[in-house]
Amino acid sequence: MTNPTTSSGKLTLSGLPGRRARIAVEKPKNSKQVIFRLWKYLIREKSLLFFIVILLLINTGATLAGSYLLRPIINNYILPHNTPGLIRMILLLLSIYIVGSLAAIWQNRMMISVAQKTVSIIRSDLFSKLQTLPLKFFDSNNHGDLMSRFTNDVDNVSDSLNTCILQLFTSTITLTGIFTLMVYISPMLTVVTLFIVPFMLLVASRIIKKSKSFFTSQQVSLGIVNGYAEEMIRGQKVVKLFCYEEIVSADFEKINYELRNKATKAQYYSGVMMPVIQNLNTINFALTATVGGLLAIFRGLDLGGLAAFLQYSKQFGRPVNEISSQYNTLQSALAGAERIFQIMDEIPEIPDIPAAVSLTDVKGDVSFNSVTFGYDAGKVILNNISFGAKAGQKIALVGSTGAGKTTIINLLPRFYDIQSGQITIDGLEIQKIQRISLRRSMAMVLQDTHLFTASVMENIRYGRLEATDNEVIDASTLAGAHSFIQRLPKGYQTILRNDGDNLSQGQRQLLNIARATVAKPPILILDEATSSIDTRTEQIIQKGMDQLMQGRTSFVIAHRLSTVRNADEILVLENGEIVERGSHEVLLKQKGHYYQLYAGQFD
Amino acid sequence: MKEYFPFFRNYRKALILAPTLVIIDVFCEIVQPKLMSKIVDLGVSQKNMSYVLHTGGIMVALSLLAIAANVGNIYYSSHASVGFAAELRKGMFNKIQKLSVSNIESLSSASLVTRLTNDVNILQEVIMMSLRLMIRAPLMLLFAVVIAININAGLASIIAIAIPVLAVIIYYILRRGLPFFEKVQRKLDKVNATIQENLVNVRVVKSFVREDFEKKKFGFSNNELREISVKASGTVVLILPVMQLVMNISIVAIVWFGGNKIISGTFQVGQLMSFITYITQILMSLMMLSMTLMTLARAAASSERILEVLNAKVDIFDSPSAIEKNLTVKLGKVEFENVFFKYHSDGSEYVLKNISFTILPGETVALIGATGSAKTTLVQLIPRLYEVSKGRVLIDGTDVRDYTMQNLRKNVKLVLQQNELFSGTIKQNLKWGNPEASEEEIVTAAKDSQAHDFIESFPKQYETVLGQSGVNISGGQKQRLCIARAILRKPSILILDDSTSAVDTTTEAKIRESFNGHLKDTTKIIIAQRISSILSADKIILLDNGEIIGTGTHTELMINNPVYQEIYNSQLLQKENEL
Repeated sequence: MTNPTTSSGKLTLSGLPGRRARIAVEKPKNSKQVIFRLWKYLIREKSLLFFIVILLLINTGATLAGSYLLRPIINNYILPHNTPGLIRMILLLLSIYIVGSLAAIWQNRMMISVAQKTVSIIRSDLFSKLQTLPLKFFDSNNHGDLMSRFTNDVDNVSDSLNTCILQLFTSTITLTGIFTLMVYISPMLTVVTLFIVPFMLLVASRIIKKSKSFFTSQQVSLGIVNGYAEEMIRGQKVVKLFCYEEIVSADFEKINYELRNKATKAQYYSGVMMPVIQNLNTINFALTATVGGLLAIFRGLDLGGLAAFLQYSKQFGRPVNEISSQYNTLQSALAGAERIFQIMDEIPEIPDIPAAVSLTDVKGDVSFNSVTFGYDAGKVILNNISFGAKAGQKIALVGSTGAGKTTIINLLPRFYDIQSGQITIDGLEIQKIQRISLRRSMAMVLQDTHLFTASVMENIRYGRLEATDNEVIDASTLAGAHSFIQRLPKGYQTILRNDGDNLSQGQRQLLNIARATVAKPPILILDEATSSIDTRTEQIIQKGMDQLMQGRTSFVIAHRLSTVRNADEILVLENGEIVERGSHEVLLKQKGHYYQLYAGQFD
Repeated sequence: MKEYFPFFRNYRKALILAPTLVIIDVFCEIVQPKLMSKIVDLGVSQKNMSYVLHTGGIMVALSLLAIAANVGNIYYSSHASVGFAAELRKGMFNKIQKLSVSNIESLSSASLVTRLTNDVNILQEVIMMSLRLMIRAPLMLLFAVVIAININAGLASIIAIAIPVLAVIIYYILRRGLPFFEKVQRKLDKVNATIQENLVNVRVVKSFVREDFEKKKFGFSNNELREISVKASGTVVLILPVMQLVMNISIVAIVWFGGNKIISGTFQVGQLMSFITYITQILMSLMMLSMTLMTLARAAASSERILEVLNAKVDIFDSPSAIEKNLTVKLGKVEFENVFFKYHSDGSEYVLKNISFTILPGETVALIGATGSAKTTLVQLIPRLYEVSKGRVLIDGTDVRDYTMQNLRKNVKLVLQQNELFSGTIKQNLKWGNPEASEEEIVTAAKDSQAHDFIESFPKQYETVLGQSGVNISGGQKQRLCIARAILRKPSILILDDSTSAVDTTTEAKIRESFNGHLKDTTKIIIAQRISSILSADKIILLDNGEIIGTGTHTELMINNPVYQEIYNSQLLQKENEL
């Protein structure tokens, strides 16, 4: 006879439906490799893991020993009325249980700390990896999807590390232990018990197969619902302005019911496994009881042995059940891990060549020699671009939308690498310059104005981390942002939230200019930096801008020709080619593209 | 709770059947040990083979019945829980469509999406679980207690000690652990925000070489998350070993007291065996129950977030009289009467102060002013994206609040400064302007907004698929598509909020030209930085810091408004110098 709770200690949180929407996903393509890589992360905590395994053995051993002791206690002490012996055995039993429980507590706590540490290392590796990836990667990957790898996928891994691995391990040990005891008591009955195991495995594997495929389609459906809701809520103003609420709701209803149909199947198949296996185990129990009863009648199996065996056979199902239910969790964890490793395997920005030099005292001579570039190899965006900028010159890029202006300035900091031609700074080819020092030599004010959740001060200081408060204030004065910043509730200490949503578009641009100003780079790049700033404010900051560009090589993209006219050279782009170049006066006299663009502003 | 009832409406049958089937399952399971003991006590000891076979048969039959009951339970509970989740999502989404822009801003759009998917999923799981365990665990507990008392009331008093001890321990652990989980959620939000900002700002990060700075920032929030997660899970994970310990101590106590009773001859070995079985059953059920309660407690946070959406007070809605009158905008006359506005009712300063003006049908009016002077805010009051705080906005002499929003917005088209396109083809996006538009109408609108040529240059033309927010086309192209979308159904009033800032001047001039042709009768309100857009306006309204500081034609303002002269000169002087 034994304690039927052998594996109850392993009935952990994950034995119940998960705390978060844990959704099993498709089976990873290469499970072995993924497991190996996860293992490599875990093994970093070698010594802790070693202790955990020891504690786990103690705990499982204590539980099994406790169950086993009950039989001699009854047979050898209670039945012969040996009270002092009984006291000894009770104390022994008690200490075994206490040791087991203490081991279980330590084992669980240690495992959580190992798991969380591992997960946080994975997350941090993932983030670090992200920092090394080229822009092309960010252009072609959905932000929502990337973020979900950090949260949902890492979570799946974390959940399974927390519980799943321990549980699989303990279940396996328990199963082995029980099996040994069963064979020891009655090999014949063991055969009967094993008779039903293949059925269990068959049922489990069929259900898992089904539920996996339904989970995959549920996951796809959920992604669609999530994406649609995200887009429509973000674009809510447009939805309202076009009275699209009903159409949008109807569309949502369609995909929502699609999700319901798939999710119902997924929930059904994943939910049905555990109870059905439990019931199969009860059948097993019934069969064992019947056959055992017959054996006791005809083959003289002792009653105590039968009772113990029946308890074991009842227990036998639990680890089997747990292993199969953990299998689902494990699958989704592996799928999550695979999505994480996918990012880790992305090709980073091409590393600096060994001979790459670090730029010091940049003068700012920039030249493009027959540069050809396309975002996709097959499609040329820039064709044979050549121009030069001497140190301190201002170069303006103008042309109609989609002509390739932004693309040109994206090549300078090596956001993208060119297919042919040459770009040089101070006569050095940019591929031969260390990327960090290349980018440090320039500051960019970009078309899209985004801000960080931080104070105004910190947002501007992002341009140069060691800038003093005074330097930040000077920079924002120069950029014409000082006066509006002062009017904010807490001035420079005002915290900007949600991408600075309480600021107007123009104010955000002013902050971006201030950020570039504080950086004090030798080369300055302004891409439509003032497009949303009214002309009067622009005129006010013009002096500051002139001062900023003084002594710096600057590249300016603007539709507003007031920004462009005092450039040393203006490049007019059309369809990825330079069609006109020269100073404002020269270009006006040519009466070509530039003249048309310029004249248009006042017609 | 009662807010959720309507979402269960279609699943009443499942809601009743699922727990009923659990009762059958519990019954089948609870009698198994009893039957087993009969096999041993009656069948084996009396060597009655047919009794053994007979009872064994009943046991197998009961197990088969239990399988059927379980399959049925899972079938109905998955239908009920998933169905509930779907109805809830639909209800929330419809509610969100009714919310005003400021409603949505205060709830935050990112959080709304999480609530719609993640939080609803958590409720779905809780319901699925409750429909099984909330019935099963107490029922098993009850049966087992009754049987245990039945076997030996004296020994059963151990249960009376063990259960309160367990309850107190669970209570303290949960009370300590649950608050940590709320913190985990908050720290997770912070980690998410860091990642999101890093993604959005990827060009800034790279150009300022701030990768290491970002890593440090991320490392900080990542560590915070780890520490709080360890605390949270580390506390809750105690429940299981502690319960196991209490259970095992109870068993030891039963062996001791039971053993003494056997020694004194008042108790049987078989009784001791089954007693242990049932006390284990009791404690297992308690464990299940506490797990369920814990999950429920944690789902309460999600439920709160969902109810916040469902119960949100919609602050802009159609008044009954507006629905009754069913007025439509025809002429396009716009009047502001002493309008004051602030975004938050508790805000200290008005964003718009005492704004009054009249725009006649068919006029073109330009709105200019410094960065941050509230131009964008002003025009958003016309299609009632926000509601005035004081004063009135009238269209064709009727307060905008006396139109239904549908009728109002159908004829008042605003092209936003930060324009949104949706994933789908160009044609699908343009059709937002008029779902019934013909090919010809679409092409005309695209031609008028100078979008036709670049659309034609794409390999798939109007069937070109745009990515989320139109990531694959340039800023100027996006703006032109947004204009085309707005003029597809000729509106009475067209408002352009800096909608051509990324369009080159030649193209902009062409757009203006086509407006004068096809949209001659439409009232046009234009916010623009370029003087060229202002010159041709019938009237110019000059805003500064939320107030009107000048109204009139270009010529009038040039004579009497120094600020306007300054703006004009800031752009024009240069040109005169050059030519």
